[in-house]
Amino acid sequence: MAALNHYLILSGVLFTMGVAGVLLRRNVITMLLSIEVMLNAVNLSFIAFGHFLGSADGQIIVFFVVTVAAAEAAVGLALVIALFRHLETLNPDAFRQLRG
Amino acid sequence: MAHNLVFFYGFAALAVVSTLLVIAQPNPIYSVLLLILSFVALAGLYVMLDAPFVAVTQIIVYAGAIMVLFLFVVMLLNVSHEHAVADNQAASDGGGPTVRWFGAILAGVMAVELVWALNRSRSVGAALAGAERETAWSVEEIGRILFTRYGFAFEATSVLILVAMVGSIALAGRHLSGKKAWRR
Repeated sequence: MAALNHYLILSGVLFTMGVAGVLLRRNVITMLLSIEVMLNAVNLSFIAFGHFLGSADGQIIVFFVVTVAAAEAAVGLALVIALFRHLETLNPDAFRQLRG
Repeated sequence: MAHNLVFFYGFAALAVVSTLLVIAQPNPIYSVLLLILSFVALAGLYVMLDAPFVAVTQIIVYAGAIMVLFLFVVMLLNVSHEHAVADNQAASDGGGPTVRWFGAILAGVMAVELVWALNRSRSVGAALAGAERETAWSVEEIGRILFTRYGFAFEATSVLILVAMVGSIALAGRHLSGKKAWRR
């Protein structure tokens, strides 16, 4: 039986990969995907704690996280489309002036 | 029970490898598809953690809706390898490999720190032993808790979704009515 710390370490590794994606990649869409990776890593630790505490609260919080992720993806991708229409690039270094 | 551990390591390896490839992939379309694979592996882990409803939600909402939205945007913007190369060139006059190495080292340090800290949580797991339930949580139980104890948060979420919808239409859909209509 996999213990709590197995799940927590997996969650930490996935979270770090998300951080690495945001730090290393120079593509706004991949950076948004990395944020999704981080949210999922946190979800995994919520579910693991919920299971090992014998409580449903972890699962409920995961539903709210998924909802927030959906809202974040919708607004983030709308921003990406608006920026791409202006500057024809997805490189965040190109977005230096945001005065419209 | 060793059986269970085999499944854990299988799903964990699948999740870690596909997430690594998401980060390493130059083409965003493959990144999105690999991230779906990673979400499926996580859904398998949720089933092992007695949360089958969350696993199904993960597949339907995350893999089915959010990732399809990402895929739509990637294909709409038509970002291919050429753009990736141009972006890398643009990055080299902005930050360059030094900044990239700094980011990689920061991420590595964070990984080591997290694994070290979480490995010490073994005693927490031992202290909690016996608290877990024998059966999986049913949809009925989760729905009862969601609509009673977390009813306010649920309603607030609906407002959040509405705000996100209005915001994304205002940001991305301004060409629908023409720029003049937007300025007015």
